[in-house]
Amino acid sequence: MEPVRRLSITPVREHHGGSRAELEAELHEEGDPEIGYIHSYEITGAVNGPGVRFMLFLSGCPLRCQYCSNADTWTMTKGRRVTLGRMMDEVAKYAGFVTTAHGGITVSGGEPMLQIRFLEALLRRCKDELGLHTAVDTSGFLGARASDEFLDLVDLFLLDIKSGEPKTYQLVTSASLEPTLRFARLLSERGKKMWVRFVLVPGLTDAPENVEAVAAFVATLSGVERVEVLPFHQLGAAKWAELGLAYQLSEALPPSRELVERVESQFRSHGLNVV
Amino acid sequence: MTRVLQEPNDLTDVDVGDPWRGFRGEGWRESIDPRLFLQANYTPYEGDDAFLVGATHRTKKLWGRLSSMFGRERERGVYDVDPHTPASITAHAAGYIDRADELIVGLQTDAPLKRAIMPNGGWRMVETSLQTYGYEVDPRVAEIYTKHRKTHNDGVFDAYTEEVRAARRSSLVTGLPDSYGRGRIIGDYRRVALYGVDRLIADKILVKASLDALPSGEDVIRDREELAEQIRALGELRAMATTYGFDISGPAATGQEAIQWLYFGYLAAVKEQNGAAMSLGRVSTFLDIYLQRDIDEGRLDESRAQELIDDLVIKLRIVRFLRTPEYDALFSGDPTWVTECLGGMGTDGRTLVTRSSFRFLQTLYNLGPAPEPNLTVLWSTRLPTGFKEFAASVSIDTSSIQYESDELLRPVTGDDTAIACCVSAMTLGKQMQFFGARVNLAKTLLYAINGGRDEITGKQVGPVTTPVTGDVLDYDDVLRRLDAEMDWLARVYVDALNVIHYMHDKYAYERLEMALHDHPVHRTMAMGIAGLAVTADSLSAIREATVRVVRDESGLVVDYVVDGDYPAYGNNDDRADDIAVDLVERFMAKIRDYPTYRGAVPTQSVLTITSNVVYGNATGNTPDGRRLGEPFSPGANPMNGRDQHGWVASALSVAKLPYDQARDGISLTSTLAPDALGKTAAERIDTLSGILDAFFDAQGFHVNVNVLSRDTLLDAMEHPENYPQLTIRVSGYAVNFVRLTHEQQLDVIHRTFHGSV
Repeated sequence: MEPVRRLSITPVREHHGGSRAELEAELHEEGDPEIGYIHSYEITGAVNGPGVRFMLFLSGCPLRCQYCSNADTWTMTKGRRVTLGRMMDEVAKYAGFVTTAHGGITVSGGEPMLQIRFLEALLRRCKDELGLHTAVDTSGFLGARASDEFLDLVDLFLLDIKSGEPKTYQLVTSASLEPTLRFARLLSERGKKMWVRFVLVPGLTDAPENVEAVAAFVATLSGVERVEVLPFHQLGAAKWAELGLAYQLSEALPPSRELVERVESQFRSHGLNVV
Repeated sequence: MTRVLQEPNDLTDVDVGDPWRGFRGEGWRESIDPRLFLQANYTPYEGDDAFLVGATHRTKKLWGRLSSMFGRERERGVYDVDPHTPASITAHAAGYIDRADELIVGLQTDAPLKRAIMPNGGWRMVETSLQTYGYEVDPRVAEIYTKHRKTHNDGVFDAYTEEVRAARRSSLVTGLPDSYGRGRIIGDYRRVALYGVDRLIADKILVKASLDALPSGEDVIRDREELAEQIRALGELRAMATTYGFDISGPAATGQEAIQWLYFGYLAAVKEQNGAAMSLGRVSTFLDIYLQRDIDEGRLDESRAQELIDDLVIKLRIVRFLRTPEYDALFSGDPTWVTECLGGMGTDGRTLVTRSSFRFLQTLYNLGPAPEPNLTVLWSTRLPTGFKEFAASVSIDTSSIQYESDELLRPVTGDDTAIACCVSAMTLGKQMQFFGARVNLAKTLLYAINGGRDEITGKQVGPVTTPVTGDVLDYDDVLRRLDAEMDWLARVYVDALNVIHYMHDKYAYERLEMALHDHPVHRTMAMGIAGLAVTADSLSAIREATVRVVRDESGLVVDYVVDGDYPAYGNNDDRADDIAVDLVERFMAKIRDYPTYRGAVPTQSVLTITSNVVYGNATGNTPDGRRLGEPFSPGANPMNGRDQHGWVASALSVAKLPYDQARDGISLTSTLAPDALGKTAAERIDTLSGILDAFFDAQGFHVNVNVLSRDTLLDAMEHPENYPQLTIRVSGYAVNFVRLTHEQQLDVIHRTFHGSV
């Protein structure tokens, strides 16, 4: 069994994967300074933002959530390297469709803010050239990287608050809760729209006090349009095995309907719109 | 006038005065032109579904009575058959479901669900069907159709060439209407209601007289004989209505009469023709004019208006033909393609949506989901929001609607377009098609590689050419060979269709349906291709990856080894999509090279009905990695499982296929999980309506939308008894899921399903 690996955050440029010459050549050809690492993209409906979304999964994540269903997105440089120009070509192919279908682009991960420069450049072009509605699906852990310019580019944040108690948060994610809370408050102050998400794992995140802490905190924020309680599922387990990683939740069951209802009602009791 | 009083509160016995009272406009009075009438008199409806009402007690009772008969029909394959009476418009006495409760009357035979024999298409089909279902063949009828009366089927096989026979035997050309009625002809049944039968007869007599001035060449003689038959059929229609106590010689004067008159017209067609697809056309907005006039005159309320539509739809749901189990297996049950088009926009910019467009959709709630009638919404982004949202909501709840692009149709066939069968557009009353099923394009590719030999039997079917030499397939070489093979195929195919339609006109002419068309009629000949995705992917693999051939001891290429990745059709990637586009354009160009019977304009479809399973069975290993026997994707669908970016990407690939080069339609079938559309009901409706806007905005032509979870389908496979009405769209039509074969059920789950949009 491999120990849970520790995160190292390093600048994007030093992890381009290919040879320096290749990178330079590509940059020259594209005339664009930014390079990104992506896991995949697909078009999804109404679950990752309003309407139909171009859902881009960037690779690389500082968290190591026990329930992660996309463990293959953790390591940034294992992603596919793309130039911004090429990525924009792909997005452009769907811009008309998603806009007509009341949607836009959602960038997820991994943790999309890990590649903040690429992300910002991408969203800027999505706004300027394609007029897309933009959403970012983030844990908020790297919220300190967000500039004012970046915040202005994002119409909606899908903010995952993975637990309300710092100890539980640490247990779930191997990281600390405070950066997420700080980022959430920043979004609130800036009047940004948010959908808050909470993943419910029986035996891990379902303690009433833990849920209560999230709910109470979220209730203090403005701009939260909805709260979603996402029931844990086992669909990501295979990826852990493929990656040779130790998966600790193989025995965990999806939450019962009753449990989901209890947790949702906890959020509702704080006046939150649970969908 | 004698009219039957259906219920004490009915107005059918009250003299309501001039049948055309209050109607506006000119042109339609002087000559037969229902479109002009419709444009001058309909009331567009821009509101939502709040006005709709549920089923009345009467409706539920009537539908309940029929529903109790469906179990026996499902079990036995047929409920009952009349083996003694060759069908005609007047062959059977009047029949009722429950006379006291029916608002609209008329059955194909003298009892509900009792099927008639229609031997003009072919005797063997009748004989086999009767034997299969345990009915004795009436020796008197057998003698007539084997000794004295030649059938369409006999005629076709007298004139088929050896090449056609070989191509047909090897499943290269399949589903040809050479042993049954060709269908896909839509009578303009509105004419019966608007003008009454006498006026229609008078009009046809005038047309026929005008031919007297022409020299009696072959075409003119045939036209005269056909017009004489049309006039005779209209007379029979009038006589048939009389057996139900109605005099339809004059125009309909109320909503109830309009529905009844129109339905009699349709009924006469399905009494006489066992056409593969017997579509209704586009009647809801026409009927709405009459219902609205009754409402304005205070003689009708919403509940009764809905009842009348419900009652008509009940009748349309029990149209039955006697067919063989093989035929039913091919088409997954008993489809009749009673296609009715709803919605769309007029050329003047007004929507053609009326309250009755909503009422037709409402039948799916009032009577529960059902495959027939084949409700088809002509979608435009300009449709009123209320209608878009109601249609989306009905789709989500019932999976019983298909959508076609009003914006692509209107410039070609006008705003009085109706769909025959699944995706075949025609201008109502002015246009008909010679239906031509389809050829197997994937198999054609394999023939091209093997020098015209069949990859399964090894027999020489196509013209002898040198097979591919060497171990690795070369794209340019294969494409050149495929092109030559397609040349040959197009010639053989058009040959077959010319023979079929010559004989169908001669031995099984659609007298009544054609009586409800203008003369002369515009004809198209609709060819089709199956296996587009497999062929495009195969070519993409040959070009972008390395494809090695595997030969058997006789030198026949029987398998392929694909080394490396290739872009597959269905990922919105031009490298593969352009190949699919090229194949469509290429085959269309080849078809155009050959003369067609009666100067029909050639068209083609990318549609498989549900035969993608059968075609796959008959096709060997293909260079895309598909295994022998594995089903094709349905219609123009990409091969599921090869799409990496979800449903939208695959739909956008399909949308690239040019309607201009496939004017008989391009079919896409999709099953979306409810969760993929959103969390709340409102969100799902909004997303689906947005998706439809976006797909059609991107030049998509047709989409079937099923909204079902995989679990529901799997459970229905396990416990069919719990899902008698579970309806699912499989191609350009819908079926009862539980009536699909096991293989087809798996096909739906494996090949059309998308967990995300």
